[in-house]
Amino acid sequence: MKYVDEYRDPKAVETLSKEIHHITRHPWTIMEVCGGQTHSIVKYGLDRLLPPEVTLIHGPGCPVCVTPIELIDTACELAKLPEVILCSFGDMLRVPGTHEDLLRVKAQGGDVRIIYSPLDAVAIAQANPSSQIVIFAVGFETTAPAQAMAIIQAQRLKLQNFFVLVAHVLVPPAMEALLSSPENRIQGFLAAGHVCTIMGYEMYEPITQKYHVPLVVTGFEPVDILEGVKMVVHQLEEGCAIVENQYARSVHRCGNVEAQRIIDDVFEPASRNWRGIGSIPNSGLKLRPAFARFDALQHFHDRIHLTEATTSPSSQCESGRILQGLMKPSDCSAFGTRCTPDHPLGAPMVSSEGACAAYYRYRPESIAKI
Amino acid sequence: MQQLIQEIFLEAFSNSYLNTLQDSAVLPAQDGRLAMTTDSYVVQPLFFPGGDIGSLAVHGTINDLAMMGGNPRYLSAGFILEEGLPITTLKQVVSSMAKTAQDCGVQIVCGDTKVVDRGKGDQIFINTTGLGVIPQSVDIGPHRLTPGDRIIVSGDLGAHGMAVLSQRQGLEFSGNLRSDSAPLHTVIADLLNHHITIHCLRDLTRGGLASALNELATAGPRTMTIEESRIPIGEPVRGACEILGLDPLYVANEGRFVMFLPPEDVDKALSLLHQHAVSQEAAVIGEIGVTPSTPNQTLVTLQTRYGTHRILDLLSGEQLPRIC
Repeated sequence: MKYVDEYRDPKAVETLSKEIHHITRHPWTIMEVCGGQTHSIVKYGLDRLLPPEVTLIHGPGCPVCVTPIELIDTACELAKLPEVILCSFGDMLRVPGTHEDLLRVKAQGGDVRIIYSPLDAVAIAQANPSSQIVIFAVGFETTAPAQAMAIIQAQRLKLQNFFVLVAHVLVPPAMEALLSSPENRIQGFLAAGHVCTIMGYEMYEPITQKYHVPLVVTGFEPVDILEGVKMVVHQLEEGCAIVENQYARSVHRCGNVEAQRIIDDVFEPASRNWRGIGSIPNSGLKLRPAFARFDALQHFHDRIHLTEATTSPSSQCESGRILQGLMKPSDCSAFGTRCTPDHPLGAPMVSSEGACAAYYRYRPESIAKI
Repeated sequence: MQQLIQEIFLEAFSNSYLNTLQDSAVLPAQDGRLAMTTDSYVVQPLFFPGGDIGSLAVHGTINDLAMMGGNPRYLSAGFILEEGLPITTLKQVVSSMAKTAQDCGVQIVCGDTKVVDRGKGDQIFINTTGLGVIPQSVDIGPHRLTPGDRIIVSGDLGAHGMAVLSQRQGLEFSGNLRSDSAPLHTVIADLLNHHITIHCLRDLTRGGLASALNELATAGPRTMTIEESRIPIGEPVRGACEILGLDPLYVANEGRFVMFLPPEDVDKALSLLHQHAVSQEAAVIGEIGVTPSTPNQTLVTLQTRYGTHRILDLLSGEQLPRIC
């Protein structure tokens, strides 16, 4: 498979591992931002190919994990309405809300449909004119253009039964929030290649300067990740802090300008609550006034009744500290015991990009033996 | 209803046991132990590249018999039809089922049909029960798994699951994604006739290779190690799984099995397997290790292409496609 196999080549992986060993002199802590990268690292055991001085910590780049619990509860309430068809990406279905997840609402008769592209929801809206279609719009900058496109399409088709529950989040504000935290121990970043494919990497340049952290835009395959680590370690050992692009086969400095324009046409930045982390200014997207009629929260506001408890996430879940890289899943006392994919306390245990899910699936030996 | 039975089912499945239309089919005594299994088929879409619900309802059940070393003889067929189902669709499914049964050398000897109200079913559900005969000397099962046994998969993995999924979701992948649905009893019989010592067999249906290995390792109990680089997976399946974020080791197959056998029988088994179209790509992928000493010990380990190891665990629930 072209563009995949050469980036999984065992020889190249071995060479990069040796080179990283060769250049590393000091202990370094590097965060991979994206949950997709976390899964590659744990799945292929890439962290085990690094010298002991290099520690990888897992970042908040799992859109499912950071979606606040009140939005999941809202999605569940919407899916229970008899006239509503709730469309969602597959990963969201098992993420626990306060009392239940979307999979349970579906099992109890709610019409919840897994979609592969937001445009699927437009087709569902056309095919079901007597139903109200709500798309649970989750994701980083990567999925935002397709989402914006679906909304523009719905407007063009004059669909009256298409609504969006917007839960989009943005990466750079979250990175700044991590760096400015007093608990921060991140010395370098592997930035998320897919987000940069859309947004480019200019916006990271002031961040690397302000906090003096090197940042390498990195892909998702084993060779990509080790090459990214090597570039960050090289900068750290040299005392540099600049933005470099390992993922040049996909990412340009300016990104995909057309996709950025579509996002900007439909959405504007807004403060957003991150599950387990809290509110981060300008870290989310909301619909611009011209598209406000698609806002599911506004349209259904008198039909949704969230109970008081919905605003307090499980006190036993350490996902906030895990998403900030302050602890590893295996450091959590609930990991693998009180919290499993069948009975998750938090989203990172069930999302396909969640760090806890990666550890549970590929490293069950890290579950504390009782 | 009588007309439906006469015109569609009897005509397609006709044989001396079925044609009497009595309360039970009366079958002759068999020489050997009997294997019996049942399975229900609810696949959507009804027709997919490489098969349909009718052929699947035959293959799936006779493969379960074959995995015990059984030679499939008879099937029952129960149909639940949703009101409004076009008769032409039913005829297509029934005729595919009849042809598949004939090709596999089994007879459909009894059956039942119910029609449910519109909205109470999903076009067609089929249940088939199979009866087969196990030769006296054959003893296949997880109790025979032995440290040092080699693990063979019979062919490339994941084609059925990905063909059905992409057809169902209207996903257009380049490349030829066709279900691997196929009967496995002939190749198993050939191995047994050539005195290959088969310790254990499992068809790799729902949950794929990873789930089958975990179930058998737990039943043993035994530990197993397999090597990623030796597992055959076709390019179209790899590509489709890559895009959707699915792991082909957990994707369903309908014409693939995993076999455990002593190392001395491996070469002969492989050369026999390679003579059958259904197992042309059979390959040794790993072996059985020591018996687990503690209840929490990892049972199935995958050696990656990079020499690192990871645990191949059971999935909780189904694989769900990812966001990005």
